[in-house]
Amino acid sequence: MSVQANVNWVGYQTIVIKEVTRILRIWGQTVVPPAISMSLYFVIFGNLIGKRIGEMGGYPYIQYIVPGLVMMSVIQSSYGNIVSSFFGAKFGKHIEEILISPLPSIIILLGYITGGVVRGLMVGTVVTVVALFFTDVQIYNYWITISVVLLTAIMFSLAGMVNAIFAQKFDDIAIVPTFILTPLTYLGGVFYSISLLPDFWRKVSAMNPILYMVNAFRYGMLGVSDVNIVHAYIIIILFVLALGGICLFLLHRGIGLRT
Amino acid sequence: MYALEIDKLSKTYASGVQALNGVSMQVKEGDFFALLGPNGAGKSTLIGIICSLVNASSGEARVFGISVQKNRSAAMGHIGLVPQELNFNQFEQPLNIVVNQAGYYGIPRRKALQRAERYLKQLDLWDKRHVFSRTLSGGMKRRLMIARAMVHEPRLLILDEPTAGVDIEIRRSMWKFIREINENGTTVILTTHYLEEAEQLCRNIAIIDKGDIIENTAMKALLAKLDYETFILDLREPLAVVPEVEGMHLALQDEITLEATLPRQKSLNKLFAHLDVCNIQVLSMRNKANRLEELFLGLVKKGNNP
Repeated sequence: MSVQANVNWVGYQTIVIKEVTRILRIWGQTVVPPAISMSLYFVIFGNLIGKRIGEMGGYPYIQYIVPGLVMMSVIQSSYGNIVSSFFGAKFGKHIEEILISPLPSIIILLGYITGGVVRGLMVGTVVTVVALFFTDVQIYNYWITISVVLLTAIMFSLAGMVNAIFAQKFDDIAIVPTFILTPLTYLGGVFYSISLLPDFWRKVSAMNPILYMVNAFRYGMLGVSDVNIVHAYIIIILFVLALGGICLFLLHRGIGLRT
Repeated sequence: MYALEIDKLSKTYASGVQALNGVSMQVKEGDFFALLGPNGAGKSTLIGIICSLVNASSGEARVFGISVQKNRSAAMGHIGLVPQELNFNQFEQPLNIVVNQAGYYGIPRRKALQRAERYLKQLDLWDKRHVFSRTLSGGMKRRLMIARAMVHEPRLLILDEPTAGVDIEIRRSMWKFIREINENGTTVILTTHYLEEAEQLCRNIAIIDKGDIIENTAMKALLAKLDYETFILDLREPLAVVPEVEGMHLALQDEITLEATLPRQKSLNKLFAHLDVCNIQVLSMRNKANRLEELFLGLVKKGNNP
Protein backbone atom coordinates (compact mmCIF):
# COMPACT_ATOMS: atom_id res chain seq x y z
CA MET A 1 0.00 0.00 0.00
CA SER A 2 1.45 3.39 -0.97
CA VAL A 3 2.01 6.02 1.70
CA GLN A 4 -0.91 8.17 0.52
CA ALA A 5 -3.19 5.11 0.26
CA ASN A 6 -2.29 4.22 3.84
CA VAL A 7 -2.98 7.79 4.99
CA ASN A 8 -6.33 7.67 3.17
CA TRP A 9 -7.34 4.35 4.73
CA VAL A 10 -6.43 5.33 8.29
CA GLY A 11 -7.99 8.78 7.76
CA TYR A 12 -11.21 7.21 6.51
CA GLN A 13 -11.35 4.87 9.51
CA THR A 14 -10.74 7.81 11.84
CA ILE A 15 -13.63 9.83 10.43
CA VAL A 16 -15.93 6.82 10.60
CA ILE A 17 -14.95 6.00 14.19
CA LYS A 18 -15.45 9.64 15.16
CA GLU A 19 -18.88 9.75 13.50
CA VAL A 20 -20.12 6.46 14.92
CA THR A 21 -18.85 7.38 18.38
CA ARG A 22 -20.78 10.64 18.10
CA ILE A 23 -23.97 8.81 17.06
CA LEU A 24 -23.69 6.43 20.00
CA ARG A 25 -22.70 9.13 22.49
CA ILE A 26 -25.79 11.21 21.74
CA TRP A 27 -28.10 8.20 21.32
CA GLY A 28 -30.89 10.15 23.02
CA GLN A 29 -30.90 12.51 20.03
CA THR A 30 -30.00 10.07 17.27
CA VAL A 31 -31.77 6.75 17.88
CA VAL A 32 -34.49 7.23 20.47
CA PRO A 33 -36.60 10.01 18.84
CA PRO A 34 -37.27 8.07 15.60
CA ALA A 35 -38.16 4.98 17.63
CA ILE A 36 -40.70 6.97 19.66
CA SER A 37 -42.23 8.85 16.73
CA MET A 38 -42.49 5.68 14.62
CA SER A 39 -44.12 3.86 17.56
CA LEU A 40 -46.73 6.62 17.61
CA TYR A 41 -47.28 6.22 13.85
CA PHE A 42 -47.77 2.48 14.32
CA VAL A 43 -50.19 3.01 17.20
CA ILE A 44 -52.24 5.78 15.57
CA PHE A 45 -52.13 5.05 11.84
CA GLY A 46 -51.52 1.34 12.09
CA ASN A 47 -53.54 0.11 15.02
CA LEU A 48 -56.28 2.69 15.56
CA ILE A 49 -57.03 4.12 12.12
CA GLY A 50 -55.52 1.23 10.12
CA LYS A 51 -58.14 -1.25 11.37
CA ARG A 52 -60.87 0.87 9.76
CA ILE A 53 -58.91 1.21 6.50
CA GLY A 54 -58.56 -2.51 6.02
CA GLU A 55 -56.16 -3.79 3.36
CA MET A 56 -53.85 -1.93 1.01
CA GLY A 57 -51.85 -3.62 -1.74
CA GLY A 58 -53.13 -6.93 -0.49
CA TYR A 59 -51.75 -6.44 3.04
CA PRO A 60 -53.25 -5.19 6.32
CA TYR A 61 -52.72 -1.42 6.43
CA ILE A 62 -50.30 -1.54 9.37
CA GLN A 63 -48.11 -4.01 7.49
CA TYR A 64 -48.34 -1.91 4.33
CA ILE A 65 -46.94 1.22 6.03
CA VAL A 66 -44.00 -0.55 7.72
CA PRO A 67 -41.60 -0.20 4.72
CA GLY A 68 -42.56 3.44 4.25
CA LEU A 69 -42.02 4.28 7.90
CA VAL A 70 -38.69 2.46 7.97
CA MET A 71 -37.63 4.29 4.82
CA MET A 72 -38.83 7.63 6.20
CA SER A 73 -36.69 7.20 9.30
CA VAL A 74 -33.68 6.14 7.21
CA ILE A 75 -34.04 9.20 4.98
CA GLN A 76 -34.41 11.64 7.87
CA SER A 77 -31.63 10.08 9.94
CA SER A 78 -28.99 9.79 7.23
CA TYR A 79 -29.72 13.33 6.05
CA GLY A 80 -29.87 14.74 9.56
CA ASN A 81 -26.68 13.05 10.69
CA ILE A 82 -24.43 14.52 8.08
CA VAL A 83 -26.07 17.93 8.18
CA SER A 84 -25.67 18.29 11.93
CA SER A 85 -22.24 16.69 12.15
CA PHE A 86 -20.60 18.41 9.17
CA PHE A 87 -22.25 21.78 9.71
CA GLY A 88 -21.48 21.56 13.43
CA ALA A 89 -17.82 20.96 12.58
CA LYS A 90 -17.92 23.87 10.16
CA PHE A 91 -19.65 26.15 12.65
CA GLY A 92 -17.24 25.19 15.44
CA LYS A 93 -14.35 25.52 12.99
CA HIS A 94 -13.04 22.05 13.86
CA ILE A 95 -13.62 21.00 10.26
CA GLU A 96 -10.27 22.75 9.79
CA GLU A 97 -8.67 19.76 11.53
CA ILE A 98 -9.55 17.72 8.46
CA LEU A 99 -9.17 20.48 5.87
CA ILE A 100 -5.50 21.06 6.76
CA SER A 101 -4.75 17.33 6.79
CA PRO A 102 -3.44 15.40 3.77
CA LEU A 103 -6.83 13.71 3.28
CA PRO A 104 -8.27 14.22 -0.22
CA SER A 105 -11.86 15.36 -0.70
CA ILE A 106 -13.08 11.89 -1.67
CA ILE A 107 -11.93 10.39 1.64
CA ILE A 108 -13.53 13.19 3.65
CA LEU A 109 -16.75 12.63 1.72
CA LEU A 110 -16.65 8.83 2.11
CA GLY A 111 -15.99 9.13 5.84
CA TYR A 112 -18.96 11.40 6.50
CA ILE A 113 -21.23 9.46 4.11
CA THR A 114 -20.40 6.25 5.97
CA GLY A 115 -21.39 7.98 9.21
CA GLY A 116 -24.71 9.03 7.69
CA VAL A 117 -25.36 5.54 6.32
CA VAL A 118 -24.51 3.92 9.65
CA ARG A 119 -27.01 6.15 11.46
CA GLY A 120 -29.64 5.62 8.78
CA LEU A 121 -29.29 1.84 8.96
CA MET A 122 -29.10 1.85 12.75
CA VAL A 123 -32.34 3.84 13.02
CA GLY A 124 -33.95 1.75 10.25
CA THR A 125 -33.14 -1.40 12.22
CA VAL A 126 -34.55 0.07 15.44
CA VAL A 127 -37.78 1.09 13.67
CA THR A 128 -38.06 -2.39 12.14
CA VAL A 129 -37.70 -3.91 15.61
CA VAL A 130 -40.39 -1.49 16.90
CA ALA A 131 -42.64 -2.59 14.02
CA LEU A 132 -42.31 -6.19 15.18
CA PHE A 133 -44.25 -5.25 18.32
CA PHE A 134 -47.22 -4.21 16.17
CA THR A 135 -47.25 -6.51 13.14
CA ASP A 136 -45.43 -9.20 11.20
CA VAL A 137 -42.43 -7.99 9.24
CA GLN A 138 -41.55 -10.02 6.20
CA ILE A 139 -38.83 -9.76 3.58
CA TYR A 140 -39.89 -10.64 0.02
CA ASN A 141 -36.43 -10.07 -1.52
CA TYR A 142 -33.39 -9.53 0.70
CA TRP A 143 -31.16 -8.15 -2.04
CA ILE A 144 -33.63 -5.51 -3.15
CA THR A 145 -34.44 -4.57 0.45
CA ILE A 146 -30.80 -4.16 1.45
CA SER A 147 -29.60 -2.49 -1.75
CA VAL A 148 -32.48 0.03 -1.82
CA VAL A 149 -32.10 1.02 1.82
CA LEU A 150 -28.33 1.31 1.39
CA LEU A 151 -28.54 3.40 -1.77
CA THR A 152 -31.20 5.62 -0.23
CA ALA A 153 -29.10 6.19 2.89
CA ILE A 154 -26.12 7.08 0.66
CA MET A 155 -28.24 9.41 -1.44
CA PHE A 156 -29.63 11.34 1.50
CA SER A 157 -26.26 11.48 3.22
CA LEU A 158 -24.92 13.12 0.05
CA ALA A 159 -27.87 15.50 -0.03
CA GLY A 160 -27.21 16.36 3.62
CA MET A 161 -23.58 17.06 2.77
CA VAL A 162 -24.57 19.53 0.04
CA ASN A 163 -26.88 21.27 2.53
CA ALA A 164 -24.16 21.37 5.21
CA ILE A 165 -21.56 22.76 2.80
CA PHE A 166 -23.79 25.65 1.75
CA ALA A 167 -25.29 26.34 5.18
CA GLN A 168 -24.02 29.45 6.90
CA LYS A 169 -26.25 29.38 9.97
CA PHE A 170 -28.38 26.89 11.85
CA ASP A 171 -31.56 28.10 10.11
CA ASP A 172 -30.08 26.95 6.81
CA ILE A 173 -29.90 23.33 7.95
CA ALA A 174 -33.54 23.35 9.05
CA ILE A 175 -35.04 24.79 5.86
CA VAL A 176 -34.49 21.80 3.56
CA PRO A 177 -35.74 19.11 5.99
CA THR A 178 -38.77 21.19 6.97
CA PHE A 179 -39.89 22.58 3.64
CA ILE A 180 -38.66 19.99 1.15
CA LEU A 181 -37.74 16.67 2.70
CA THR A 182 -40.69 16.19 5.05
CA PRO A 183 -43.41 17.10 2.47
CA LEU A 184 -41.78 14.94 -0.20
CA THR A 185 -41.52 12.03 2.23
CA TYR A 186 -45.12 12.27 3.42
CA LEU A 187 -46.30 12.57 -0.19
CA GLY A 188 -43.94 9.81 -1.33
CA GLY A 189 -46.32 6.93 -0.75
CA VAL A 190 -45.33 6.20 2.84
CA PHE A 191 -48.94 5.98 4.02
CA TYR A 192 -50.80 5.21 0.83
CA SER A 193 -50.65 3.72 -2.65
CA ILE A 194 -50.67 6.35 -5.40
CA SER A 195 -53.18 4.16 -7.21
CA LEU A 196 -55.71 5.77 -4.85
CA LEU A 197 -54.96 9.22 -6.29
CA PRO A 198 -56.68 10.92 -9.23
CA ASP A 199 -54.74 10.69 -12.48
CA PHE A 200 -53.35 14.24 -12.24
CA TRP A 201 -51.96 13.80 -8.73
CA ARG A 202 -50.64 10.36 -9.65
CA LYS A 203 -48.59 12.04 -12.40
CA VAL A 204 -47.42 14.75 -10.00
CA SER A 205 -46.43 12.10 -7.47
CA ALA A 206 -44.38 10.33 -10.14
CA MET A 207 -42.04 13.35 -10.11
CA ASN A 208 -41.27 12.79 -6.44
CA PRO A 209 -38.01 10.79 -6.20
CA ILE A 210 -38.84 9.58 -2.70
CA LEU A 211 -41.84 7.72 -4.13
CA TYR A 212 -39.44 5.44 -6.01
CA MET A 213 -37.33 4.72 -2.94
CA VAL A 214 -40.29 3.98 -0.71
CA ASN A 215 -41.92 1.74 -3.31
CA ALA A 216 -38.72 -0.08 -4.23
CA PHE A 217 -38.17 -0.78 -0.53
CA ARG A 218 -41.78 -1.86 -0.15
CA TYR A 219 -41.30 -4.20 -3.08
CA GLY A 220 -38.26 -5.69 -1.34
CA MET A 221 -40.26 -6.27 1.85
CA LEU A 222 -43.75 -7.05 0.61
CA GLY A 223 -43.41 -7.68 -3.12
CA VAL A 224 -45.82 -4.84 -4.05
CA SER A 225 -44.97 -1.51 -5.64
CA ASP A 226 -46.61 1.43 -7.40
CA VAL A 227 -43.57 1.95 -9.61
CA ASN A 228 -41.37 -0.08 -11.91
CA ILE A 229 -38.52 -1.45 -9.80
CA VAL A 230 -35.93 -0.95 -12.58
CA HIS A 231 -36.98 2.68 -12.97
CA ALA A 232 -36.63 3.08 -9.22
CA TYR A 233 -33.06 1.76 -9.25
CA ILE A 234 -32.11 4.00 -12.20
CA ILE A 235 -33.51 7.08 -10.47
CA ILE A 236 -31.81 6.33 -7.16
CA ILE A 237 -28.44 5.58 -8.79
CA LEU A 238 -28.63 8.73 -10.95
CA PHE A 239 -29.32 10.82 -7.87
CA VAL A 240 -26.43 9.17 -6.01
CA LEU A 241 -24.04 9.85 -8.91
CA ALA A 242 -25.22 13.44 -9.40
CA LEU A 243 -25.12 14.33 -5.70
CA GLY A 244 -21.79 12.56 -5.28
CA GLY A 245 -20.35 14.59 -8.17
CA ILE A 246 -21.68 17.83 -6.71
CA CYS A 247 -20.25 17.04 -3.27
CA LEU A 248 -16.82 16.22 -4.70
CA PHE A 249 -16.82 19.40 -6.78
CA LEU A 250 -17.78 21.53 -3.77
CA LEU A 251 -15.24 19.91 -1.48
CA HIS A 252 -12.49 20.06 -4.07
CA ARG A 253 -13.09 23.73 -4.79
CA GLY A 254 -13.50 24.42 -1.09
CA ILE A 255 -16.81 26.20 -1.67
CA GLY A 256 -18.29 27.13 1.69
CA LEU A 257 -15.23 25.71 3.44
CA ARG A 258 -12.03 27.36 2.24
CA THR A 259 -11.90 31.13 1.81
CA MET B 1 16.64 23.29 1.57
CA TYR B 2 13.80 25.66 2.30
CA ALA B 3 11.02 24.58 4.62
CA LEU B 4 8.81 27.21 3.06
CA GLU B 5 9.00 29.20 -0.14
CA ILE B 6 6.43 31.85 -0.88
CA ASP B 7 6.46 32.98 -4.48
CA LYS B 8 4.52 36.11 -5.50
CA LEU B 9 1.45 35.18 -3.46
CA SER B 10 -1.57 37.41 -3.93
CA LYS B 11 -4.99 37.20 -2.40
CA THR B 12 -7.99 39.31 -3.19
CA TYR B 13 -11.13 38.38 -1.27
CA ALA B 14 -14.56 38.36 -2.87
CA SER B 15 -15.27 41.61 -1.00
CA GLY B 16 -12.49 43.23 -3.05
CA VAL B 17 -10.07 43.46 -0.13
CA GLN B 18 -6.51 42.88 -1.33
CA ALA B 19 -4.96 40.96 1.57
CA LEU B 20 -1.63 40.05 -0.07
CA ASN B 21 0.14 41.91 -2.86
CA GLY B 22 2.43 39.35 -4.49
CA VAL B 23 4.57 38.58 -1.45
CA SER B 24 7.68 36.40 -1.67
CA MET B 25 9.86 35.02 1.11
CA GLN B 26 11.70 31.91 2.20
CA VAL B 27 12.14 30.12 5.49
CA LYS B 28 15.14 27.83 5.83
CA GLU B 29 14.76 24.31 7.18
CA GLY B 30 15.35 24.25 10.94
CA ASP B 31 14.77 27.98 11.32
CA PHE B 32 12.81 29.65 14.10
CA PHE B 33 11.09 32.35 12.10
CA ALA B 34 8.97 35.27 13.26
CA LEU B 35 6.18 36.60 11.05
CA LEU B 36 5.03 39.88 12.49
CA GLY B 37 2.59 42.52 11.45
CA PRO B 38 -0.21 44.67 12.81
CA ASN B 39 -3.79 43.41 12.85
CA GLY B 40 -5.16 43.05 9.33
CA ALA B 41 -1.69 43.06 7.77
CA GLY B 42 -2.19 39.76 5.96
CA LYS B 43 -0.49 37.32 8.35
CA SER B 44 -3.49 35.06 8.84
CA THR B 45 -4.25 35.09 5.10
CA LEU B 46 -0.67 34.05 4.37
CA ILE B 47 -0.84 31.25 6.96
CA GLY B 48 -4.26 30.25 5.62
CA ILE B 49 -2.83 29.87 2.11
CA ILE B 50 0.15 27.85 3.37
CA CYS B 51 -2.25 25.52 5.21
CA SER B 52 -4.71 25.38 2.28
CA LEU B 53 -7.54 26.99 4.25
CA VAL B 54 -7.45 29.99 1.93
CA ASN B 55 -7.20 29.74 -1.84
CA ALA B 56 -4.54 32.03 -3.30
CA SER B 57 -5.57 34.37 -6.13
CA SER B 58 -2.14 33.90 -7.73
CA GLY B 59 1.35 32.75 -6.86
CA GLU B 60 2.55 29.63 -5.13
CA ALA B 61 3.51 28.35 -1.69
CA ARG B 62 5.92 25.43 -1.47
CA VAL B 63 6.51 23.36 1.65
CA PHE B 64 9.82 21.47 1.48
CA GLY B 65 9.68 21.96 -2.27
CA ILE B 66 6.10 20.62 -2.61
CA SER B 67 3.54 22.99 -4.06
CA VAL B 68 0.52 23.54 -1.81
CA GLN B 69 -1.52 24.52 -4.86
CA LYS B 70 -0.46 21.58 -7.08
CA ASN B 71 0.05 18.75 -4.59
CA ARG B 72 -1.97 19.71 -1.54
CA SER B 73 -2.07 16.30 0.15
CA ALA B 74 1.69 15.76 0.04
CA ALA B 75 2.44 19.30 1.22
CA MET B 76 -0.05 19.18 4.09
CA GLY B 77 1.56 16.08 5.56
CA HIS B 78 4.56 18.21 6.55
CA ILE B 79 2.66 21.02 8.28
CA GLY B 80 1.34 21.35 11.81
CA LEU B 81 -0.82 24.37 12.60
CA VAL B 82 -1.68 26.01 15.89
CA PRO B 83 -4.29 28.55 14.80
CA GLN B 84 -5.11 31.84 16.43
CA GLU B 85 -8.72 30.90 17.17
CA LEU B 86 -9.73 27.84 19.14
CA ASN B 87 -10.85 25.32 16.56
CA PHE B 88 -11.35 22.01 18.29
CA ASN B 89 -14.62 20.33 19.21
CA GLN B 90 -15.47 21.76 22.62
CA PHE B 91 -17.57 18.68 23.42
CA GLU B 92 -14.79 16.24 22.65
CA GLN B 93 -12.19 14.92 25.07
CA PRO B 94 -8.59 16.15 24.63
CA LEU B 95 -7.31 12.61 24.13
CA ASN B 96 -9.79 11.96 21.31
CA ILE B 97 -9.00 15.31 19.69
CA VAL B 98 -5.30 14.49 19.52
CA VAL B 99 -5.76 10.85 18.52
CA ASN B 100 -8.25 11.75 15.76
CA GLN B 101 -5.87 14.37 14.41
CA ALA B 102 -3.15 11.74 14.18
CA GLY B 103 -5.57 9.54 12.26
CA TYR B 104 -6.16 12.24 9.66
CA TYR B 105 -2.42 12.04 8.96
CA GLY B 106 -2.48 8.27 8.56
CA ILE B 107 -1.07 7.36 11.97
CA PRO B 108 -2.61 4.07 13.15
CA ARG B 109 -4.66 4.21 16.35
CA ARG B 110 -2.21 2.38 18.63
CA LYS B 111 0.69 4.61 17.60
CA ALA B 112 -1.57 7.66 17.77
CA LEU B 113 -2.46 6.81 21.38
CA GLN B 114 1.23 6.52 22.30
CA ARG B 115 2.04 9.85 20.70
CA ALA B 116 -1.01 11.54 22.20
CA GLU B 117 0.10 10.34 25.64
CA ARG B 118 3.62 11.67 25.05
CA TYR B 119 2.55 15.13 23.92
CA LEU B 120 -0.28 15.51 26.41
CA LYS B 121 2.15 14.63 29.20
CA GLN B 122 4.78 17.02 27.89
CA LEU B 123 2.20 19.80 27.83
CA ASP B 124 0.78 18.92 31.27
CA LEU B 125 -2.61 17.87 29.91
CA TRP B 126 -2.54 14.14 30.57
CA ASP B 127 -4.60 14.44 33.75
CA LYS B 128 -7.25 16.27 31.75
CA ARG B 129 -7.39 13.82 28.85
CA HIS B 130 -10.93 12.63 29.58
CA VAL B 131 -12.67 15.91 30.46
CA PHE B 132 -14.78 17.88 27.99
CA SER B 133 -12.31 20.20 26.31
CA ARG B 134 -14.59 23.19 26.85
CA THR B 135 -13.90 22.88 30.59
CA LEU B 136 -10.16 23.45 30.10
CA SER B 137 -8.63 26.78 31.05
CA GLY B 138 -7.49 29.20 28.33
CA GLY B 139 -3.86 28.14 28.70
CA MET B 140 -4.77 24.46 28.58
CA LYS B 141 -6.78 24.99 25.40
CA ARG B 142 -3.75 26.64 23.76
CA ARG B 143 -1.54 23.75 24.86
CA LEU B 144 -4.06 21.25 23.58
CA MET B 145 -3.81 22.85 20.14
CA ILE B 146 -0.01 22.54 20.30
CA ALA B 147 -0.29 18.84 21.23
CA ARG B 148 -2.74 18.35 18.37
CA ALA B 149 -0.44 20.10 15.90
CA MET B 150 2.55 18.04 17.02
CA VAL B 151 0.98 14.57 17.10
CA HIS B 152 1.92 13.80 13.50
CA GLU B 153 5.40 15.26 14.12
CA PRO B 154 5.39 17.81 11.30
CA ARG B 155 8.60 19.17 9.79
CA LEU B 156 7.09 22.66 9.75
CA LEU B 157 5.14 23.94 12.74
CA ILE B 158 3.17 27.17 12.30
CA LEU B 159 2.10 28.91 15.49
CA ASP B 160 -0.37 31.74 15.01
CA GLU B 161 -0.51 33.69 18.28
CA PRO B 162 0.01 30.56 20.41
CA THR B 163 0.38 32.41 23.70
CA ALA B 164 -2.45 34.93 23.32
CA GLY B 165 -4.20 35.33 26.66
CA VAL B 166 -1.87 32.94 28.45
CA ASP B 167 -0.25 33.87 31.77
CA ILE B 168 3.50 34.38 31.88
CA GLU B 169 4.31 31.12 33.67
CA ILE B 170 2.50 28.98 31.13
CA ARG B 171 3.83 31.16 28.32
CA ARG B 172 7.38 30.46 29.44
CA SER B 173 6.74 26.71 29.66
CA MET B 174 5.29 26.87 26.14
CA TRP B 175 8.36 28.73 24.90
CA LYS B 176 10.55 26.03 26.41
CA PHE B 177 8.54 23.30 24.71
CA ILE B 178 8.56 25.05 21.33
CA ARG B 179 12.27 25.79 21.61
CA GLU B 180 12.95 22.10 22.25
CA ILE B 181 10.86 21.16 19.23
CA ASN B 182 12.92 23.54 17.11
CA GLU B 183 16.19 22.21 18.53
CA ASN B 184 15.05 18.72 17.52
CA GLY B 185 14.86 19.86 13.90
CA THR B 186 11.31 21.14 13.38
CA THR B 187 11.13 24.43 11.51
CA VAL B 188 8.96 26.87 13.45
CA ILE B 189 7.10 29.90 12.14
CA LEU B 190 5.69 32.09 14.87
CA THR B 191 3.31 35.00 14.71
CA THR B 192 2.79 36.87 17.93
CA HIS B 193 1.87 40.21 19.35
CA TYR B 194 4.31 39.68 22.20
CA LEU B 195 7.35 41.02 20.41
CA GLU B 196 9.55 40.09 23.35
CA GLU B 197 8.58 36.51 22.52
CA ALA B 198 9.70 36.87 18.92
CA GLU B 199 12.95 38.58 19.93
CA GLN B 200 13.82 35.86 22.42
CA LEU B 201 12.87 32.87 20.30
CA CYS B 202 13.35 33.67 16.64
CA ARG B 203 16.47 33.82 14.51
CA ASN B 204 14.92 35.36 11.41
CA ILE B 205 12.01 37.67 10.93
CA ALA B 206 9.62 39.02 8.32
CA ILE B 207 7.36 41.97 8.95
CA ILE B 208 4.22 42.20 6.88
CA ASP B 209 2.05 45.27 6.58
CA LYS B 210 -0.91 45.98 4.30
CA GLY B 211 -0.23 42.85 2.28
CA ASP B 212 3.46 43.59 1.64
CA ILE B 213 6.57 42.26 3.30
CA ILE B 214 8.36 45.39 4.49
CA GLU B 215 11.25 43.65 6.21
CA ASN B 216 12.75 40.17 5.90
CA THR B 217 16.07 39.63 7.59
CA ALA B 218 17.93 38.06 10.50
CA MET B 219 16.72 39.13 13.93
CA LYS B 220 20.20 40.35 14.88
CA ALA B 221 20.50 42.39 11.70
CA LEU B 222 17.15 43.99 12.37
CA LEU B 223 17.95 44.79 15.98
CA ALA B 224 21.27 46.29 14.85
CA LYS B 225 19.24 48.93 13.03
CA LEU B 226 18.00 50.29 16.32
CA ASP B 227 19.81 53.58 16.89
CA TYR B 228 18.89 54.22 20.51
CA GLU B 229 18.37 52.08 23.56
CA THR B 230 16.67 53.02 26.78
CA PHE B 231 17.66 51.59 30.14
CA ILE B 232 15.90 51.74 33.48
CA LEU B 233 18.19 52.20 36.47
CA ASP B 234 16.95 51.41 39.98
CA LEU B 235 18.69 53.72 42.43
CA ARG B 236 19.62 53.11 46.07
CA GLU B 237 18.47 56.55 47.24
CA PRO B 238 15.90 59.08 46.02
CA LEU B 239 17.22 61.59 43.52
CA ALA B 240 16.19 65.24 43.51
CA VAL B 241 18.07 66.61 40.52
CA VAL B 242 18.68 64.71 37.31
CA PRO B 243 22.33 64.87 36.25
CA GLU B 244 23.20 65.86 32.70
CA VAL B 245 25.44 63.66 30.58
CA GLU B 246 26.60 64.73 27.14
CA GLY B 247 25.03 62.75 24.28
CA MET B 248 22.50 61.01 26.57
CA HIS B 249 19.06 61.83 27.84
CA LEU B 250 18.30 61.14 31.48
CA ALA B 251 14.90 61.49 33.12
CA LEU B 252 13.29 60.38 36.36
CA GLN B 253 10.42 57.93 36.24
CA ASP B 254 9.96 58.34 39.96
CA GLU B 255 12.34 59.49 42.66
CA ILE B 256 14.37 56.26 42.74
CA THR B 257 14.03 55.18 39.08
CA LEU B 258 16.12 56.80 36.41
CA GLU B 259 15.54 56.39 32.68
CA ALA B 260 18.59 56.72 30.41
CA THR B 261 18.36 56.91 26.62
CA LEU B 262 21.62 56.71 24.71
CA PRO B 263 22.88 55.90 21.20
CA ARG B 264 23.78 52.25 20.70
CA GLN B 265 27.41 53.15 19.94
CA LYS B 266 27.86 54.99 23.24
CA SER B 267 29.57 53.10 26.03
CA LEU B 268 27.64 52.60 29.23
CA ASN B 269 30.89 53.16 31.14
CA LYS B 270 30.59 56.90 30.56
CA LEU B 271 27.13 56.91 32.09
CA PHE B 272 28.21 54.95 35.14
CA ALA B 273 31.33 57.08 35.59
CA HIS B 274 29.21 60.19 35.65
CA LEU B 275 26.71 58.70 38.06
CA ASP B 276 29.60 57.67 40.28
CA VAL B 277 30.94 61.23 40.31
CA CYS B 278 27.48 62.45 41.34
CA ASN B 279 27.47 59.79 44.07
CA ILE B 280 24.41 58.10 42.60
CA GLN B 281 24.39 54.38 43.34
CA VAL B 282 22.66 52.01 40.93
CA LEU B 283 21.16 48.81 42.33
CA SER B 284 20.02 47.24 39.09
CA MET B 285 19.48 47.97 35.41
CA ARG B 286 17.21 46.64 32.63
CA ASN B 287 16.06 47.47 29.11
CA LYS B 288 13.06 49.77 29.18
CA ALA B 289 10.95 48.39 26.40
CA ASN B 290 11.31 45.50 24.10
CA ARG B 291 13.79 46.61 21.45
CA LEU B 292 11.96 44.83 18.67
CA GLU B 293 8.78 46.61 19.63
CA GLU B 294 10.40 49.98 18.96
CA LEU B 295 11.71 48.83 15.59
CA PHE B 296 8.41 47.27 14.67
CA LEU B 297 6.47 50.43 15.43
CA GLY B 298 9.02 52.48 13.50
CA LEU B 299 8.78 50.26 10.43
CA VAL B 300 5.00 50.10 10.41
CA LYS B 301 4.74 53.86 11.00
CA LYS B 302 7.15 54.45 8.08
CA GLY B 303 4.90 52.29 5.91
CA ASN B 304 1.91 54.40 6.91
CA ASN B 305 3.71 57.69 6.12
CA PRO B 306 5.58 57.20 2.86
